[in-house]
Amino acid sequence: MATNANEAAHGAADAAHAAETGGMPQIDFATFPNQIFWLVVTIVVIYLILSRVALPRIGSVLAERQGTITNDIAAAEELKLKAQEAEAAYNQALADARVEAQKIIAEAKAEIQIGLDEATAKADAEIAAKAAESEKKIGEVRAGALEAVTEVAKDTAAEIIGMLDQKADAAVVSEAVNARLKG
Amino acid sequence: MEGDIAEMGKFIGAGISAFGMGLAALGVGNVAGNFLSGALRNPSAAASQTATLFIGIAFAEALGIFSFLVALLLMFAV
Amino acid sequence: MATEEASEGLVFHPMDQFKVEPLFGGDAIHWYTPTNATLWMGLTVVAIFLLLVLGSRGRAVIPTRVQSIAELAYGFVYKMVEDVAGKDGLKYFPYIMTLFMFILFANFLGLLPMAFTTTSHVAVTVVLALAVFIGVTVLGFVKNGASFLGLFWVTSAPLAIRPVLAVIEIISYFVRPVSHSIRLAGNMTAGHAVIKVFAAFAGAAILSPLAILGVAAMYGLEILVSFIQAYVFTILTCVYLKDALHPHH
Repeated sequence: MATNANEAAHGAADAAHAAETGGMPQIDFATFPNQIFWLVVTIVVIYLILSRVALPRIGSVLAERQGTITNDIAAAEELKLKAQEAEAAYNQALADARVEAQKIIAEAKAEIQIGLDEATAKADAEIAAKAAESEKKIGEVRAGALEAVTEVAKDTAAEIIGMLDQKADAAVVSEAVNARLKG
Repeated sequence: MEGDIAEMGKFIGAGISAFGMGLAALGVGNVAGNFLSGALRNPSAAASQTATLFIGIAFAEALGIFSFLVALLLMFAV
Repeated sequence: MATEEASEGLVFHPMDQFKVEPLFGGDAIHWYTPTNATLWMGLTVVAIFLLLVLGSRGRAVIPTRVQSIAELAYGFVYKMVEDVAGKDGLKYFPYIMTLFMFILFANFLGLLPMAFTTTSHVAVTVVLALAVFIGVTVLGFVKNGASFLGLFWVTSAPLAIRPVLAVIEIISYFVRPVSHSIRLAGNMTAGHAVIKVFAAFAGAAILSPLAILGVAAMYGLEILVSFIQAYVFTILTCVYLKDALHPHH
C-alpha cells in the first residue's frame, strides 16, 4: 500500500510538473495563438520593410553599380577607339609624308632629268655640229687630196708622155686619168 | 509499478528511435559522398548542382529529425 | 520526470529554454500578450532593419562592409530564386527574401546564450510552411487552372503505373508542409537541446572539460545548421514555387 501511495504521489507530482511546464513547450497549444499572432506581425513588418525600402534600394544600388561599370567599360572602349583612330591618323600622316617625299623626290629627279636631257641634247648637238664640221673638213681635205692626186697623175702622165716624146693632148690625158681613177 | 514500466517503455522507445537518427546520418553521408565523387569526376558541373545537393541532404536528414522528434515526444510529451 | 531524480547534481532541463513566457510577469498567455517570442521576433526585425536598411543607406557605388553583406544576401537569394524558380518567379522575390532573412536571423539570434529561438517552435514553422504551401497551391491553380493537376500525372511514366505514381505524388505533395516545417523546428530544437544536455554535464567536475568542448563543437555545428536550414527552407520554397509556375516537369 505504501508503495502504491508513493506512486500515486509521484504520479500527481508528475502531472503537476507536466501542467507546469507543459511537457514539451513546442506542443503547448496554449501558446500557439500568441506565437502565430506575433509571427504574422513580424513577417508583415519584415515584408513591408524589405519590399518598400530595403530591396528597391539595394536593387537600385546594384543596378547603378552595374551601370557605372558598363559606362566605364564603354568609356574605356571609346578611349581605346580614339587611341586607335589617333594611331591610324598618325600612320596616315606618315604615309602621306612618305608619299609627298616620294613625289618631291620624283619631281626633283624629273627636273634634273630634264636639265640633264637638255644638256645632253645640247652637247649632242654641239658634238654633232662639230662632227659635221670635221666631216666637212675631212671631206674637203679628202676632195683636195683627190684633186691633187688627179692633178699629180695628169701632170705625171703628161710628163711621161712628154718624155716619150710625144705631144700630149691635155684633154685626152685628163680624160684617161679620170677614167683610170674611176676604174 | 505500472508507472515504472510505462516510464521504462518511454526510455526504451526513445533509445530505439535514436537509431533512426544514426540511419539518417548514413543517408546524409551517402548523399554528400556521392556528390563529392561525382564532383571530382566533373568539377565543372559541380557548382551548378550544389542546390540539388542541399535539397537531397535536407530530405535525407528530415527523416532523421522525425525520429528525433519521436524520441522527444516519448521523453517529454507522452 | 526521471531526470529530476538524478542525485549527482546533474540537472537536465533541455526543453526549458523553449518555454514561452510572458515578458512582463503574469501567467496567462493571451494571443496579444508580449512574450519572449515577441521579444526575439522583434529583435529579428531590428537586426534585419539594421543590416538591410541602415546598412544600405549610403547607397555607395563602392560599398561599405555592412552594405556589401546586405548586397551579398540580396544577390544570394535573388540568384537562388532566378535559378530555381525561373525568371517569372522573381515577382515573389520579396516574400522569399522575407522568409530567408527572418529564418536566418531567428536562427542566428537563437544561438546567443540565454536567447529564445523562435524558429524552434512548431507553431512558427508550421505557419511559415503552410503559408508557402497554400500560397503556392493557390498560385498554381490561378496560373495554370486545372492543368496544375498535371503535376501529379507523370506523363513520362508508362500509363499502367501512372495512377500509382499519382497517388504517391499527391501524398508527397501534402507531406511537403509537414516536412518543410518539422525539419526547421526539429533541427533548431535538436541542436539547442543537445547543447543544453552537454552544458548540464558540465555540472560534474570530471566531465566538465569534455562537456565544454562538446558545447563548443555543437555550437560551431549549430552555426552551420542555422544557415543551412534557412537556405534549405528558402530553396524548397523556390522549388515549390517552380512547381506552381511550371507544373509540367
